[in-house]
Amino acid sequence: MTALLDLSGVTKAYPGVVANDHVSLTIQPGEVHALLGENGAGKSTLVKMIYGLVKPDAGQMSLNGAGYAPADPRAARAAGIGMVFQHFSLFDALTVAENIALGMENAPPMRQLAAQIKAVSETYGLPLAPHRLVGDLSAGERQRVEIIRCLLQEPKLLIMDEPTSVLTPQEVDILFKTLRKLSAEGTAILYISHKLEEIRSLCDAATILRLGKVVGHCIPRDTSAADMAEMMVGSALKPPQKAAGPVGDVLLELRGLSLPPASAFGMPLRDISVSVRAGEVLGIGGVAGNGQDELLSALSGEAQVPAATVFLKGADVGRLGPNARRAAGLLTAPEERLGHAAAPDMSLTENAMLTGAARQGLERNGLLNWGAARSFANQIIADFDVRTPGPGNAARSLSGGNLQKFVIGREILQRPEVLVVNQPTWGVDASAAAAIRQALLDLAEHGAAVIVISQDLDELMEISDNFAALNEGRLSAVRPAAGLTVAEIGQMMGGAHGMEVAHV
Amino acid sequence: MDLSVINPILLLAALMSAATPILLAATGELVVERAGVLNLGVEGMMIVGAIAGFIVAVNTGSPALGFIGAAAGGAVLSLLFVFLTQVALANQVASGLGLTLFGLGLSALMGQSYVGVKPPRMADLDLGPLSDIPVLGRILFSHDAMVYIGLLIVLGVWAGLKFTRAGLVLRAVGENHDAAHALGYKVKRIRTLAILFGGACAGMGGAYISLIRVPQWTEGMTAGVGWIALALVVFASWKPWRVLLGAYLFGGITQLQLNLQGAGVAIPVEYLAMSPYIVTIIVLVILSADKSRAPGSLGRIFHASH
Repeated sequence: MTALLDLSGVTKAYPGVVANDHVSLTIQPGEVHALLGENGAGKSTLVKMIYGLVKPDAGQMSLNGAGYAPADPRAARAAGIGMVFQHFSLFDALTVAENIALGMENAPPMRQLAAQIKAVSETYGLPLAPHRLVGDLSAGERQRVEIIRCLLQEPKLLIMDEPTSVLTPQEVDILFKTLRKLSAEGTAILYISHKLEEIRSLCDAATILRLGKVVGHCIPRDTSAADMAEMMVGSALKPPQKAAGPVGDVLLELRGLSLPPASAFGMPLRDISVSVRAGEVLGIGGVAGNGQDELLSALSGEAQVPAATVFLKGADVGRLGPNARRAAGLLTAPEERLGHAAAPDMSLTENAMLTGAARQGLERNGLLNWGAARSFANQIIADFDVRTPGPGNAARSLSGGNLQKFVIGREILQRPEVLVVNQPTWGVDASAAAAIRQALLDLAEHGAAVIVISQDLDELMEISDNFAALNEGRLSAVRPAAGLTVAEIGQMMGGAHGMEVAHV
Repeated sequence: MDLSVINPILLLAALMSAATPILLAATGELVVERAGVLNLGVEGMMIVGAIAGFIVAVNTGSPALGFIGAAAGGAVLSLLFVFLTQVALANQVASGLGLTLFGLGLSALMGQSYVGVKPPRMADLDLGPLSDIPVLGRILFSHDAMVYIGLLIVLGVWAGLKFTRAGLVLRAVGENHDAAHALGYKVKRIRTLAILFGGACAGMGGAYISLIRVPQWTEGMTAGVGWIALALVVFASWKPWRVLLGAYLFGGITQLQLNLQGAGVAIPVEYLAMSPYIVTIIVLVILSADKSRAPGSLGRIFHASH
């Protein structure tokens, strides 16, 4: 049997970095093949070459034994390759059917296409209404749009880039059933992830990338997650240590907080009541777009909230703006690093000044003390192992993980009494993520209250004392994190959002 | 004051003609903005179209060729905007403002020897028996061809955006250029074509002023119509039929207030003069209270990065 897709010696270099260095990879028809690696290992570049978005500098690709060099994604799609993107490539203001038509070479008339969408979605247990606006769909439903867009082209190879990062555990189960059914029908799947347990349960073979090179192959079913992690990272990882410190007084309390959405596609907050004590880490889970950003902006003071809904140490801070809340000890670090947590084109010193001015005494009578700001930035860089030539570099020039360390470190070093972070390790490699989590735990140990909003359930289980989930802008009841099962967490996150299991 | 001097039939007939320059320019800009590009150079492209069309019409004696020349003139000027924003990746707001200033200066230079010249008149379109229908015939069917061409362009833009694949791709590019690129669409090529179309429409709108509304050439004669067209696109929520409504409303009230001034109504002229702007904005703001919003990538620079 000839291989479906065969890559040999594929190389792609960007200025200053070799993204893929002589990568070779073989995928058989119907095989579920995992591509494993840390952020920056070159996974995305590799699949972009297969999908025709990037041209390799050297090396050969062949499809079904014949040479394969797609000029653009259309050529790749014509050759039978479909791709479901990590950050969805969808158009909010267009309908489901229009979005799907855009990804097809010869889209039939809308009416006929709508019927096809219904048929395919029922066959694979992924219900979708063709005429709904994509902007109104949940993350799981958006992913279905992408999958169905691919399936309508009857692909021979389906590339999935981190497909489960936005799904509840129940939705993951349904997706896996769909993928297994596809694989049984002969469609090969190239599955990119760094969630090792998923790969062990789904994939037939795995290729592991590190710094652009293939560092190993394995059969995921027969390899332990720890061994795969070690191949990925190159060294054994130390999990964060949690000290069960005494829990103190209530520092932050929300009472019946409701907030209308800020934009047409936003999510309102609905009657949120919760309290966090000194020394406690509260983990807030939930699928993206269920009110995480809104909750963070209500806590940071960016959004105006009604009086008597947010209390810091018993005092009503609901009507205070971000700077007044910072001065009172409530600090936040939003999810979006570039443009929200940090100003991309300003230097690290300037970014340190932006949030540190009040609490670090960097400002006096309206005059800025740049010397103090620079040493504050240097302290963040030293304490949090931020890799950069110096504090004069622009925030934009740092890699995602390094900037994240800087942003989190900047807040932690200001000795917050309450710290709220959203997606603290999103897009950060495993060792940096472990360092950030450890820093959050240390902060709690020293008597701060920490709220971690995250979509990474493993992370939340690792560091939280208590757990709650956001679903449709509502916060579930708070439960102790220890002893929660995946099924219980899934129910708290809202179950499967009306998805049904594939009719295999 | 004598309101009986206002003839409602003539007023309505004049409305269609008065609205045509704004309608053409705004429809072109609507296509540009739906593709995700904010071109503030409408005024500049209109005035260059006005003089280009004027020169061609005077030298060939054919108003029809004049309009073709105007479309070409507007499109050529918009090529400068294409170069600045799509090739050099310059800021769209600054480039558009620059285009307007450049267009005003360039048109004054081109038109130096055409001041005081009379252009050939464009005949009304002979629609046969339709023009003989009482009242309606005078209002709807006794205009020059450009009035109907303007309406056909609105119809074509509406149908094109809604029903054709090219229209879907254009909307997709304007909504999310990164996603459109990931699907393999040529963002820059599509935007370039949209900008050229916008330039051609603005040029024809300008020539409608210099060849038909005020048949002569004066420096700066578009007098802010391009800016009104730009505002109209926003207040019309990027929907072609609302642009038509807004343009007719604006044209109609402009005509009405001129008539009222002529009739000597006891309202200060300044209030009458500002009335078209106020009424158009109020009506379209009320209409735009629904969920419609700007194209997602409007005004953002697209840089293919990978």
